Amino acid sequence: MTETASQPIPEQPKRNLFQQLELDMRLLGMIGAFAILCIGFNIVTDGRFLTSRNIFNLTIQTVSVAIMATGMVFVIVTRHIDLSVGALLATCSAVMAMTQTEILPNMLGLGLNHPATWAITLVVGLATGTLIGAFQGWMVGYLTIPAFIVTLGGFLVWRNVAWYLTSGQTIGPLDSTFMMFGGTNGTLGTFWSWVFGIVAAVLGVMALLSARRSKVQHGFPVKPAWAEAVMAVLICVAILGFIAVLNAYEIPSRRLERMFELRGETMPEGYTSGYGLPISVLILIAVAVVMTIIARRTRLGRYIFATGGNPDAAELSGINTRWLTVKVFAIMGFLCALSAVVASARLANHSNDIGTLDELRVIAAAVIGGTALSGGFGTIYGAILGALIMQSLQSGMAMVGVDAPLQNIVVGSVLVLAVWIDIVYRKRLGAK
Amino acid sequence: MKSAKELRAEGATPLVEMKDISIAFGGVKAVDHVSVDLYPGEVVGLLGHNGAGKSTLIKVLSGAYKMDSGEIRVDGEKVEITSPRDARALNIETIYQTLALADNLDATANLFLGREMVTPFGLVNDAAMEAECRKIMGKLNPNFRKFNEPVSALSGGQRQSVAIARAVYFNARILIMDEPTAALGPHETQMVAELIQQLKAQGIGIFLIDHDVHAVMELCDRASVMKNGELVGTVNIEDVSDDDLLSMIILGKKPEHAAA
Repeated sequence: MTETASQPIPEQPKRNLFQQLELDMRLLGMIGAFAILCIGFNIVTDGRFLTSRNIFNLTIQTVSVAIMATGMVFVIVTRHIDLSVGALLATCSAVMAMTQTEILPNMLGLGLNHPATWAITLVVGLATGTLIGAFQGWMVGYLTIPAFIVTLGGFLVWRNVAWYLTSGQTIGPLDSTFMMFGGTNGTLGTFWSWVFGIVAAVLGVMALLSARRSKVQHGFPVKPAWAEAVMAVLICVAILGFIAVLNAYEIPSRRLERMFELRGETMPEGYTSGYGLPISVLILIAVAVVMTIIARRTRLGRYIFATGGNPDAAELSGINTRWLTVKVFAIMGFLCALSAVVASARLANHSNDIGTLDELRVIAAAVIGGTALSGGFGTIYGAILGALIMQSLQSGMAMVGVDAPLQNIVVGSVLVLAVWIDIVYRKRLGAK
Repeated sequence: MKSAKELRAEGATPLVEMKDISIAFGGVKAVDHVSVDLYPGEVVGLLGHNGAGKSTLIKVLSGAYKMDSGEIRVDGEKVEITSPRDARALNIETIYQTLALADNLDATANLFLGREMVTPFGLVNDAAMEAECRKIMGKLNPNFRKFNEPVSALSGGQRQSVAIARAVYFNARILIMDEPTAALGPHETQMVAELIQQLKAQGIGIFLIDHDVHAVMELCDRASVMKNGELVGTVNIEDVSDDDLLSMIILGKKPEHAAA
């Protein structure tokens, strides 16, 4: 035990193109399935599916479920389940609706559309979601009630707390600033969207380079420079292409005229402007980045995956798995509240049925995205892609004119099929 | 450095003393007023049938179970061990029979589980940890190659070496090995035997749980035998034969000529 010779690093054998790029095969498969889906719908709808308008709508429809799906990844990875997310979303939405239309304007006398309303509402809503999530996590972790039961109870409780708070009424219109968090009501506009896209592309390439540098520093094998360059180009094309599509969707001229009128100006002849990146999508991107960092680069994430892989081993390694459970459910609750912001802002009001059946969509998105219900495996980007696939399927079928019952039959079948393909894939790979 | 035997003869303070430990599950007394001790550089075998209480006794020391009564002293100081974290803080490391590895993580993540190296920003420093992992595996198991695969893809021996690396990497002073060779082939068993000798020479005290009497005769300085939760006795290995140990395990009788 005195020698200090490090482990020699073996020569890398020749590998195929995909291995050299070090691309995740599952991710590739999902992107492939998504691409086939989009192209298929595009052909059937005579090119109406892949228009900038439809892509824009698709992204803003996906946001709410996608945000919650990232949290569901952590819940499922730790071998739990959360059936209450749709109901919790409703409670958060109800609390925020009451805060901004009743409590702040009337009871505290701030009046309608006070500049501080949206911020206070946001804090109240996010705190509500986080606390309820933490409370459910405490029941799972410390009282050791199965998560299935706790959140099944929560499903009934929070859906009806929302109902009780609002007396079942639709609450609206919401605060005008608050509504910017939902889809078309708040977008960055073309210029700032381009700025964001360029910054994101630069950051992406920098992250790639710094990961490579750190590997080189320790003498670990790195992929060939050309492969790295291909990845960098792919990242830039994907980000800037996405921005270009969103910018290409033009605000209807009627709406533009109204916007100018509100500012007391008249619209110049022939003026056009694109929507650009919706703020809700910006929130989803931020959530995706933060959750991915938590999953891969923090102790919390490491412990979440370790606990999912082997709870006993995690416990014996000194990890407080009970407290970890509270944290995981608190994150889930926070994300439900964030989804509530986006969902209610998009509808411009709080309705009694907001978030209905979202728990199933969220779980399906996480599972289609490769999260294993047996715990220990799952990715944030997979869950988001899963949500996108589900939403595309749904709205694509609606565009084609498939009957509503048939739509749900197809979505349900796809869920089962996706999980089966995943099981076959894992077996082929020899992994558990 | 003095040998463990000399230290004991001088009446020096033991590295670990477990005094009068009792723990019951429901109505069953799994460990019933058992006392054992361990000196630096000494290997003490814990012997007994399945269900004799040896694993339970040792899980009290590693923080996995809480004792009902009794006390634990490390370097003569009374200590409270209520969680695996406490035990680790006292440099007590355990290699569990089940290995306690998270199968979905790679060797590096398992090695540092619960004690990750972090960057100044508080993020886990995977590259630095992998470099350390390669170093220690280079010493323990030079043939080890699968650093970036989940440990579920490793062989029994490779998994064992990850578990051992985890215990010895963090400057263990007291090492608990629960049947470390149960899942290993002859070659790997020999490797573990050599490792135990190396660790002994460094002054680490080792509790070795095993039900293979021959392994204990070969590796240990003393042996404590348990039966039905009670301590049958502790003997010097030099003073006893295989048969003496077997009769202690099976009949619960301590040989008259051996006392320690």
